[in-house]
Amino acid sequence: MTQTIVIAEMNNNAVHPSTAELVAAAMTFGGAPTVVVPCTDASAADGAANMGAGSILAAKSSAFAHYDASGWAAALDAVTPQGTIITGASPQSKDLAARLAARRNIAVVQDAVTIQGQQVTSPVYSGKAMQTVALNGPAVISVRSNIFNAATGGASDVQVLDTEGNVATSVVEFMARASERLDVAEANIVISGGRGMGSPENFSHLEAIADTIGAAVGASRAAVDTWEAIPHSMQVGQTGKTVNPNLYIAVGISGAIQHLAGMRSSKYIVAINKDADAPIFQHADYGIVATWEEALPVLHDTLKSMMA
Amino acid sequence: MPNIIVLVKQVPDTNAKIVVNGDRVDLSSVKMVMSPYDEFAVETALLHKEAAGGEVTALTVGGAAAEKILKDAKAIGVDHIVRVDAEGDMDSNALQTVLAQAVRTLGGEVVYCGKSAADTGAGSTGPGLAERLGWTSASNVIGASFEDGLTVIGPNGAGHAKLKVPLPAVVSCDKGEFKVRKPNVKGIMMAKKASVEVHSIEIPPSSVSLVGHALPPAKPAGKTYDGGNAAAEVAQLLRDEANVL
Repeated sequence: MTQTIVIAEMNNNAVHPSTAELVAAAMTFGGAPTVVVPCTDASAADGAANMGAGSILAAKSSAFAHYDASGWAAALDAVTPQGTIITGASPQSKDLAARLAARRNIAVVQDAVTIQGQQVTSPVYSGKAMQTVALNGPAVISVRSNIFNAATGGASDVQVLDTEGNVATSVVEFMARASERLDVAEANIVISGGRGMGSPENFSHLEAIADTIGAAVGASRAAVDTWEAIPHSMQVGQTGKTVNPNLYIAVGISGAIQHLAGMRSSKYIVAINKDADAPIFQHADYGIVATWEEALPVLHDTLKSMMA
Repeated sequence: MPNIIVLVKQVPDTNAKIVVNGDRVDLSSVKMVMSPYDEFAVETALLHKEAAGGEVTALTVGGAAAEKILKDAKAIGVDHIVRVDAEGDMDSNALQTVLAQAVRTLGGEVVYCGKSAADTGAGSTGPGLAERLGWTSASNVIGASFEDGLTVIGPNGAGHAKLKVPLPAVVSCDKGEFKVRKPNVKGIMMAKKASVEVHSIEIPPSSVSLVGHALPPAKPAGKTYDGGNAAAEVAQLLRDEANVL
């Protein structure tokens, strides 16, 4: 049996809970994987306990202070056992996956949503089709979140290995996010507005609902292109972010192919649109044919009383 | 003065419907275009040249049909257009090996590419190529400046950071601050006459092979309601039926 390794998904130097999903994905190859935690302080690796790991390895290096692709790949390569490597599919983790694979001269398969035997399936053409490939050797595989059920139990002891990598880039300046809101790519619930919202000011109604249910606010390309006040960082779709939340609420969005490509894999989709023929309704689990002015106040009031 | 290379890839128009015939996507009736993020890469490469001098070479890997996007790049101002002749599927390993050899032959010092191609969406090429060349890389950048070396703005944690990137380096471009220039008539005429330099590079074997394509599983039909008041019922269902609240 080949060894399988999970590179822990990190967030602010802490192990992200989605790492337990990566462990579950790794288990499809048989056996419990080694979880490698890139950290500057080995105590961070304690966060990988009870995630189903066969063993936990703290890869400790000053190189992990800020993300640098070449430094991280070198530092991880030095301490990660040979075998198939599983990473998360955040932009940073996909970048690392590609670099690590190239460093080991093995292939990388990104955005896996199914692993069966040696066959891996990923969405291509922004989710308009699924592609299955066969692995004929070790590979690095990035796995989408919200697909595998988190593994539990397993190792809690941590082995610490010092490592190093030459960090090439240097941070000149950290730039605060324009908005303190949740990022659409990270949220479990996303509520997005399109040009049907009428004006960028009306996005405040989406924000109010987002605050009630802990959602991120997104936008269609049409909205981003039309209104300068709606930044590209909010854009969901083929040339924006791909999201995979448990719940996606599309308001005043017609459902262009461009947009569907970025959100169609959401677990549940709610569409609110005044045009009953809007293509978004074909993809919605719950469709409401109404203007946002009619639907959003009712939705917000109900959610508020449910959350109270 | 830097020798600048920009990687471009031909992909189906992002508005095209994707059809699966048997177990393969059928692109025969789909319009092919330059991958949208590659347009930002071309723009950044041209800005780099305007600020620091040097020359820009657009490089693609593919069959003769892929030359159209090289001409598109030529029309907005790249100096040289190069195609590595190749048909068929390659895994990341094979493609990056070919690209690394082409970049070495062309003698580049900085390579720009899109953050991912609109067909695979993988985003592996930029960082993988950099690793093979032993270069620095910065990915998903939304802005760049060229005074006093290369500085880019890229994602960092929940926000962004301004990063100094020593050359040689591979930089992958996201949408961000880039506004892509449009070709003028003179540019289009020049591009028509321009000749494509074709390279032959031996393609290494792939360890990942394509099994097949399929359309995404169809969703069962949802429930549709008329009128805004239905939002109350939908909210209840989200909690009690879908369990997502």
